[in-house]
Amino acid sequence: MEPIRIAEQLQEKFQTSILGIDEHRGQVTVLVDRDVIVKIISFLKKDQKMNHLSCLCGVDNKKRKAASAYMERFEVVYQLYSIENRTSLRLKAQIPESDQTIDSITSLWTGANWLERETYDLLGIVFNNHPNLKRILTPEDWEGHPLRKEYKLRGDTEWRGLEELKKKAVQLQQFDFHNASTAQGTSSDE
Amino acid sequence: MNETTTLDVPVSQGDEDRYRLKLGPQHPATHGVLRVDLELDGETILDCDPQVGYLHRGFEKLAEHRTYAQNLVLTDRLDYIAAMANNVGYCEAVEQLLAIEVPERAKFLRVMVCEMSRLTGHLLWLATHALDIGAMTVFLYCFREREVLLELFAELCGARLTTTYTRLGGVRQDVTHEIMMKLERFVDAFPACIEEYETLIDTNRIWLKRTIGVGQISGEKAVDLCLTGASLRGSGVDYDVRKHMPYAAYDKMDFEIPLGETGDTYARYRCRMEEMGQSNYILRQCIEKMPPGPIVGDDAPDLVMPVKPGRKVEVDTSARNGLIKLIDDRDVYMEGDIYVATEVPKGELGFYFISDGMGRPYRMHIRSPSFIHIGALATMGKGVMVADLIAIIGTLDVVLGESDR
Repeated sequence: MEPIRIAEQLQEKFQTSILGIDEHRGQVTVLVDRDVIVKIISFLKKDQKMNHLSCLCGVDNKKRKAASAYMERFEVVYQLYSIENRTSLRLKAQIPESDQTIDSITSLWTGANWLERETYDLLGIVFNNHPNLKRILTPEDWEGHPLRKEYKLRGDTEWRGLEELKKKAVQLQQFDFHNASTAQGTSSDE
Repeated sequence: MNETTTLDVPVSQGDEDRYRLKLGPQHPATHGVLRVDLELDGETILDCDPQVGYLHRGFEKLAEHRTYAQNLVLTDRLDYIAAMANNVGYCEAVEQLLAIEVPERAKFLRVMVCEMSRLTGHLLWLATHALDIGAMTVFLYCFREREVLLELFAELCGARLTTTYTRLGGVRQDVTHEIMMKLERFVDAFPACIEEYETLIDTNRIWLKRTIGVGQISGEKAVDLCLTGASLRGSGVDYDVRKHMPYAAYDKMDFEIPLGETGDTYARYRCRMEEMGQSNYILRQCIEKMPPGPIVGDDAPDLVMPVKPGRKVEVDTSARNGLIKLIDDRDVYMEGDIYVATEVPKGELGFYFISDGMGRPYRMHIRSPSFIHIGALATMGKGVMVADLIAIIGTLDVVLGESDR
């Protein structure tokens, strides 16, 4: 089935939860309400055999010129693909700044686990019912979410864990097992 | 040693039989800087928690501050053992986003370098995977052929690894007759080399014991874990981006997608070996069918771009198809978003772009197969032996530069 037909079918089935359909260079995007995201994706997975989750990522819309009427601060983009039918569809769920949460789809794909963790790490979007939502690419005590538009490309402070790490490195030098005599020497120098 | 100093390593209480092992990040079998936190009962893994991020360079953030043409060099540093395939993937995506036409010859050249990089990628995979499991000899044989290909890359674009060969709208340099002759010699000789590797390990008793039944996953489970590439096809799922969504000149190539059945480490090994043969076959077709003509399209933006700062240039919109005018160093493009996937040696490499009309991407997301494969390691590594975990890391074929971005 053509992607645009699938989008129309979604519109019929979920009606008000579908906020808009958009086509760009042959790729169909459906804007959906975040409250029904799990329902819509499980419908697509079951009925349209969209069994491959190609891509899951978050977007910060802060500095973006409004492309559609429904533009909230954040959005989560799901790119689905049907290996059997060879059709793809993109879903976008809008997330307001006041409540940055969305339901997790880890119940549908185990592989979504890390993708959602990444989105949380880089954009700070919280996924409800996620089994292990913690930072993944940045250290656990990192401040801020790098892909937000207000996050500077070049910061003026060091990561605060660095000092701790340096201290630990000095502490570890005492445990130099290769050459115990020189280890004593270097540690006293410190 | 000072006796009062203690290391504050957390030790769990009550479970004396279990212990924790931090495998990596400098362990040679972790293919870079992957750390796997293991909880062990004897030699059996109870819990497996891969940790990534040691190589995180913030490409997605960085890309928002650079032009489309400048971002190309970042893609070399993704999967650094098959950089050409990344270059092609990036350019295919940007060209679709900005509607840039690529000449026929450039398309064939792209397929050619893609397949060459697939061979380098698979050869490195076979070398290190065999080394991890204990077959040292294969390593040396694989590197012998890999060297030939890297020398060809160096001749083609001046670099062995960080190639930056493609351009938006084409490729940077045309192939010389000499390179084609050398490639043809390689293509003629390579099938015998594959046979050589196979005689070393294909029916080797130790190899079979270490791979058959190890890391076995069903096709359904593989799709659930979002695996792609040979890791997915080893389980019998027919999904290859080159066939499903042909890019460059893949629709003009004749090749098959090898599929495994059992979904274990051996099936994936066989898949990749067959793929090498197919790549070689595609390379031969590239040599035979290579059409003449230009290698860069007329509306390639990074070649048109250098204008004096501050000078406005009006350009005929119909001719440039989406490119409206040049202001300073940035072009003003159409708005919109696009997801384009390409098949790199590791699996499906996807680029998701949002353009808000400026010369820089508003958002660039890289769907990196390695990141997802390492995520699958947490599931696949549970309940196996430590030695098998090493085999599973190898068979998933990960590279950390791509995973951490």
